[in-house]
Amino acid sequence: MDAITRDPLNLVIAGVGGQGNVLISLLLGQAFIAEGYLVTIGETYGASQRAGSVMSHMRISRETQYSPFVPLGRADVVLGMEPVETLRILQQFGNPDVVTIANPRLVYAAGSEPPDRDEVIAAIRKLSAKLWLVNATDEAVSLGDPIFTNVILLGALIGSEILPLDRKSLEPVLKERFPWEKFETNWKAFNRGVELASQG
Amino acid sequence: MAGIDVDVPGATRLFIGNEAIARGALEAGIGFAAAYPGTPSTEIMESLAAVAEKRNFYAEWSVNEKVALEAAAGASFAGIRAIASMKQNGINVASDFLSNLVMSGIGAGLVVVACDDPSAISSSNEQDTRPIAKWLDIPLLEPATFQEAKDMTRWAFDLAEELDTVCMLRSVTRIAHARGNVVLGELPRKEQKAHFGEACPVTPTLTKFIPYLSYWKHRQLHQKLERAREIFESSPFNWYRGPDKAELLIITCGSCWLYSWEAVKSLGVEDRVGILKLGTLWPLPRKFIIGHLNHSSRILVVEEIDPFLEGCVKELVADLPPDSPRPVFYGKRSGHIDACGELNPDIVINAVAGIMGLSYQPRDPAYSREAEQVPVFTPMRIPAFCPGCPHRAAFWAIKNALRLDGRGGFVTGDIGCYSMAMGPAGFFQVRTMYCMGAAVGVATGLGELTRFGLDQPVVAVCGDSTFFHATIPALINGVYNHSNFTLVILDNSATAMTGFQPHPGTGVTATGEPAGVVDMDTLCRSLGVPVEVCDPFDLEDATATLLRVIAADGGPRVVIMRRQCELVREKRKKERPYEMYVDLDRCIGEACGCDRLCTRVFGCPGLVWDRKAGKAMIDETICVGCGVCADICPQGAIIRKET
Repeated sequence: MDAITRDPLNLVIAGVGGQGNVLISLLLGQAFIAEGYLVTIGETYGASQRAGSVMSHMRISRETQYSPFVPLGRADVVLGMEPVETLRILQQFGNPDVVTIANPRLVYAAGSEPPDRDEVIAAIRKLSAKLWLVNATDEAVSLGDPIFTNVILLGALIGSEILPLDRKSLEPVLKERFPWEKFETNWKAFNRGVELASQG
Repeated sequence: MAGIDVDVPGATRLFIGNEAIARGALEAGIGFAAAYPGTPSTEIMESLAAVAEKRNFYAEWSVNEKVALEAAAGASFAGIRAIASMKQNGINVASDFLSNLVMSGIGAGLVVVACDDPSAISSSNEQDTRPIAKWLDIPLLEPATFQEAKDMTRWAFDLAEELDTVCMLRSVTRIAHARGNVVLGELPRKEQKAHFGEACPVTPTLTKFIPYLSYWKHRQLHQKLERAREIFESSPFNWYRGPDKAELLIITCGSCWLYSWEAVKSLGVEDRVGILKLGTLWPLPRKFIIGHLNHSSRILVVEEIDPFLEGCVKELVADLPPDSPRPVFYGKRSGHIDACGELNPDIVINAVAGIMGLSYQPRDPAYSREAEQVPVFTPMRIPAFCPGCPHRAAFWAIKNALRLDGRGGFVTGDIGCYSMAMGPAGFFQVRTMYCMGAAVGVATGLGELTRFGLDQPVVAVCGDSTFFHATIPALINGVYNHSNFTLVILDNSATAMTGFQPHPGTGVTATGEPAGVVDMDTLCRSLGVPVEVCDPFDLEDATATLLRVIAADGGPRVVIMRRQCELVREKRKKERPYEMYVDLDRCIGEACGCDRLCTRVFGCPGLVWDRKAGKAMIDETICVGCGVCADICPQGAIIRKET
């Protein structure tokens, strides 16, 4: 798929508190500003550190500094770390051209009936022009820790080639972020994500 | 958080507004920074404290916002540039000092930063600080971008020194916590020397730092504001973008500039709508604004929280000569912009479209219909305590103790993560919740009502940081007046809600140095208050202790429920204390009669209901192995295994 060239490029990252949205938006943002873009990132989170709905809005432009809110119905890309949150975001910010990368692993909402995973994914597919399903949590567990889920999804986003960024633009950013011993495992997780998306 | 002290002028960094403000303070050469944590202001101090030692300045977490501002003023009085930062509620705490501080001058530049929280996303109110600046005669700036957040902060210190008065910077959540490009400036390299003793220009036997002769000093303050107005008339932080003759003039400030500009672009009306963006908000640059009113006979004011600019601009219009044209105003008062809550591009797009008679369609209506008709229920995630949070266990114990006591006892609440106990997270136990310290203040009043027949036990809760911040005077009031209540201090050894900052009880300073420890147990006992300490994870003991203390009646007594915040524990020690699992033979699901006590009521995100199996299960990726849920299952089906 060709990289999206719209300006501003609107990306929404959806997940649950504790999954590491904020880190993903920061790493992506740093890669974009290194390429001379103006980037605005907005985070919304509830009162709890863990287990609340969390979304990051990214506005990427060559022209101007945008506000930290993607307007309703105007997301170009949705990166979903959790399927219920991905669907929620698509319902609000999706449109016929939206491209979605989604982790299918549910995080249950405390105190309520969990929805059926397959039904959620079917709805996500219906609301996306193109969908990459990436089993990031399972991959992360197989790499030794669910903490890698976010970095695997970041890799998948780059591997999908829908952003005007490649692996080379993320490498220095990850290197700066992680101490050496942690960089190696994170770089491995990132590349695993790239591979998964390249497989389609 | 790293990198606000990068010494590469001209380099671009991706800073949140709070880091940009901190960077501006560094570029201004501050020597002193003080703050109390509060969303959305906390990261200003966090990022300053992280570089304080390296940049050779002093940074502290103060016990509360009033003391933070007083400490910063002390530094200013001795010639050291100082900053105090806080959330909007903190300005209330500091306002007693602030309202007197404006009556004297300052020494070196002194800047107070107020971060407002429109929509009260992480606050108990959505108070607007701008009217406070007007009320107290304080020059006020508000940045509209991340770059301005840095540049304005830097300039605010020069301005404060030129005017000889404290200056204020107001920011809102979507600047404070959003992230954007910031081009760095130079960092200063000069040594600072402190000396106290500047004399009062009128009565040299006094120092300058006494608001004595207030009548005279009030007049002098008005002269300072007049000077500020002159400076603001040509400020680069105020500008107009749009055609000379416009169908609509938007007047805006702060993050609303971004929404206004996006609205105009989205609607394609750049040649029909002009925007007057203001950065110097009090006193307003009168001539500059009046000069731009000629662009249009229709004005839309786009601003967050109160119609502050709208009122101030209307005042300017009221002072125009009688034959001047009177523009039509749209905004919060006309109902074109909602009077409450934060704004966003959609709200402004719709307001502009409505006034201009334009239609705006964000996406294909067929897609909207499909999105609305998705046949899947997406459950809301109600605010919950984290997995392993001591507060969940504490409120479980409080709920059971009050039920066992049986006299209709209730809880007065305070500000912190545990405020969420007003909802399902804490089993609806918290029944009042206002501001820092109010739990005990309110409890001292309730505890005096026996004479009117109040026979319900009163239990106040506060966190450890809140205890030091504003609870101690209220507790002393309870001792002095012999009020009948129990205070439960939920001591999780951190200012948890804002990100685990240290406080006077933790033994660590803002910059990570060893600190004096104020022992809350000893402090309470020294007031003559009986103190019991328990571990909330030991549900049986915590419940029994609380039940006993509640039943004791008499003057104030304290139960300290002590257990470190799980997120702090986890940072230091990754290992889980227990491996948790559900014994599928013992869990009998709906047949139990507990009505899914574990997943429906206890509400730990790590405990989930397996719909297909009709039994509880542990989500391994979320559970932190605290082990508490093993004690709430009536079947003993949740098992904790030592790791």
